[in-house]
Amino acid sequence: MAEKKSLGKELTKGFLDENPVLRLVLGTCPTLAVSTSVESAVGMGLAASIVLICSNVVISALRKVIPSKVRIPAYIVVIASFVTIVQMLVKAFAPSLDEQLGVYLPLIVVNCIILGRAEAFAGKNSVVASAVDGLGMGIGFTIALFLMGFIREFFGTGTITISLINGGQPLWNSLFGENPILIFILAPGGFFVFGMLIMLANKIAEKKGKPKAQLHSCKACPMFATCTAQEKEDCDR
Amino acid sequence: MSLDKKLMVSASPHDHSKDTVTRIMLDVVIALVPSLIAATILFGANTILLSAISVGTCVLTEYVCRIVMKRHQTIGDLSAVVTGLLIAFNIPVSMPIWMLILGDVFAIVVVKQMFGGIGMNFLNPALAARIMLIASFPTEMGKWNKPFFWKAEVATTASPLAGIKEIFRSGEINSSSFSDLPSLKDMLLGIRAGSLGEVCAVALIAGLIYLLARKVIKITIPLSFVGSFAVIMLIAGKFNLTFLAYQLLSGGLLLGAIFMATDYTTSPINFKGQVVFGIGCGVITALIRLFGNLPEGVSFAIILMNILVPHIENLTTPKPFGTVKEKKKKAGSEG
Repeated sequence: MAEKKSLGKELTKGFLDENPVLRLVLGTCPTLAVSTSVESAVGMGLAASIVLICSNVVISALRKVIPSKVRIPAYIVVIASFVTIVQMLVKAFAPSLDEQLGVYLPLIVVNCIILGRAEAFAGKNSVVASAVDGLGMGIGFTIALFLMGFIREFFGTGTITISLINGGQPLWNSLFGENPILIFILAPGGFFVFGMLIMLANKIAEKKGKPKAQLHSCKACPMFATCTAQEKEDCDR
Repeated sequence: MSLDKKLMVSASPHDHSKDTVTRIMLDVVIALVPSLIAATILFGANTILLSAISVGTCVLTEYVCRIVMKRHQTIGDLSAVVTGLLIAFNIPVSMPIWMLILGDVFAIVVVKQMFGGIGMNFLNPALAARIMLIASFPTEMGKWNKPFFWKAEVATTASPLAGIKEIFRSGEINSSSFSDLPSLKDMLLGIRAGSLGEVCAVALIAGLIYLLARKVIKITIPLSFVGSFAVIMLIAGKFNLTFLAYQLLSGGLLLGAIFMATDYTTSPINFKGQVVFGIGCGVITALIRLFGNLPEGVSFAIILMNILVPHIENLTTPKPFGTVKEKKKKAGSEG
C-alpha cells in the first residue's frame, strides 16, 4: 500500500502536510510545556526525533512477530527502552538541557507522535520506509517546536538575539525596554501561539489544494485516507 | 425543530422599538463621560490622551479586522468605542502607551472578532484585555499614581485594596485600623490610587443612574453583584461598617458591576439567570479579595461568570405557561 509512494514523499510529508503537531495535533503536551525557550524546544524536538526514528525501525522490523492483540504494550516497551537510552545520554552530556526538560524527557515514552507513528505507519511498512517516516516526522516536530519556542521566547522573555541584526543585543529589549510580554511564556500564551500556528498551517495546506478544515468533518484530516470504511462512516455521522 | 419554525414571526403590523445597537452604545459612552471627567481632574490630561489612543486603536483594529475577514463593516455601532474607553478605564495612568495598544488589539482581534464580532464574543473584551495586561505586565499594572501626583513629592502609592487586605489578615478590625487609608469621603470622590475609571464612585453612580433612566440596563446584575459581595464582607469584617464601606468603594467593584458585568452579550437574559450571575460575581470577587494572592478579583470574577453564562441560561430557561415538565411529556409520548 504505502510502499508504492516514493521515499522522498515519506520524508517531506512530515514537514508540513502531515506535520505531527500542527496538522495531526499530536504531542501537544510537550509542545506547550517545553516551548518557552528555543533551547529547550529544539532539545526536546531532537530527543523525541531520535527515539522516533529508532523505535520506528525496531517496531517495523518486528511487525510480523508482534501479535496484533498485544501490539500497544510491545510498542511501549520498545519506545521506553530508547527513551531510557536517550535520557541517560542527555543526563551525561547535556545536564543543563536535562534540567530544563525535567519530567518531559522521560514522558517521551507516552508521546502520542511516537506511539501514533508506530501504530499508523511502522506497524504496516518496511524498515527503510519507517526510518524515513520517523526522520520526516521528527523534523516536522522539531520545526513546530522551534517556531513555538522562537515566538514565545521572542515576546515572552525578550532574550532572542540574532548576531547579524542589532550587534548581538537582545532584540525585544532594545525595542521596548525591559518589558517582555510575560503572557507568552505562561500557559495561555502557549495556547494562543499554538492556535495561530495551526491556523497558519491549515491555510498553507488549503493553498496547496488539500481539503478545507471544517468543524464537523474529518475530510481535511491528513490521516483520513488511512481510516477504515467503518471509521469514516462513524466520523461523518 | 427546524430553524424556520423557531424563527417564525407573526403577521404584521409589528411594534417597533427604537433601540438600536448604536443608541445603546452611545448611552453607555455618555454614562462613562462623568468618570472620564473625574479621572481627567484627578490624574491630569494624560487621561484624555490614553482614552483617545485606546478608542482610536479599537475602532481602527475593528475596521481593519472586518475588511480582512470580508464581513460587513460594524464600526458604526460604537461598540468598539465602548471597549476602548473601558480598557483605558482599567489601566493605571502611568501605563506605557504601547502596552495599552497591545491590550486594545488583543481585545478586538482575539476576543471579539475571532469569535464573530459584536454579539458573539463569549468574554467581555475589555476585561479579557485587562487580564491579559495583568498577566503580561504585573509591575506596570500595579504601579499606582496618587491623584494630583504632579504636585506630590512621591508620585506613587499603594492601592487602598492592599491596605484593606492587610487589615483583614491581621484580624484587628476596629476604628483605628483604617487610619493609613484615605478617608471615606476621599474614597467616595475618588481621591485615591487606582485605575483611571474606577476611582470616582460618585461619577460611576451617576453613570448607573443615567443607564437606568434610559433603560439600557436593569438594576438586577449590579444589585445582586454588589449585594452578595456586601453580605460576605459584612460577615468577614465582623459587622464593622467602615470595613464594608472601604471594601465597596475600593478597587474596580463599582466599575465592574455597573459597566462590565452588565454587558448584553456576556450576561444572562432573564431575571433568574441575572441574579445567579450577579451573586456568582460577588462571591468570587469577595473570596479573591479576602483569601487570594492578588489584591483585586473583580475582573477574574466577571470573566469566570462570563464563561458560565451558557450553562446558567440552560438552567434558568423560563417555563412557558401551561407546559408540563419535559420528563412527564417524554414518558407520555412513549407510553
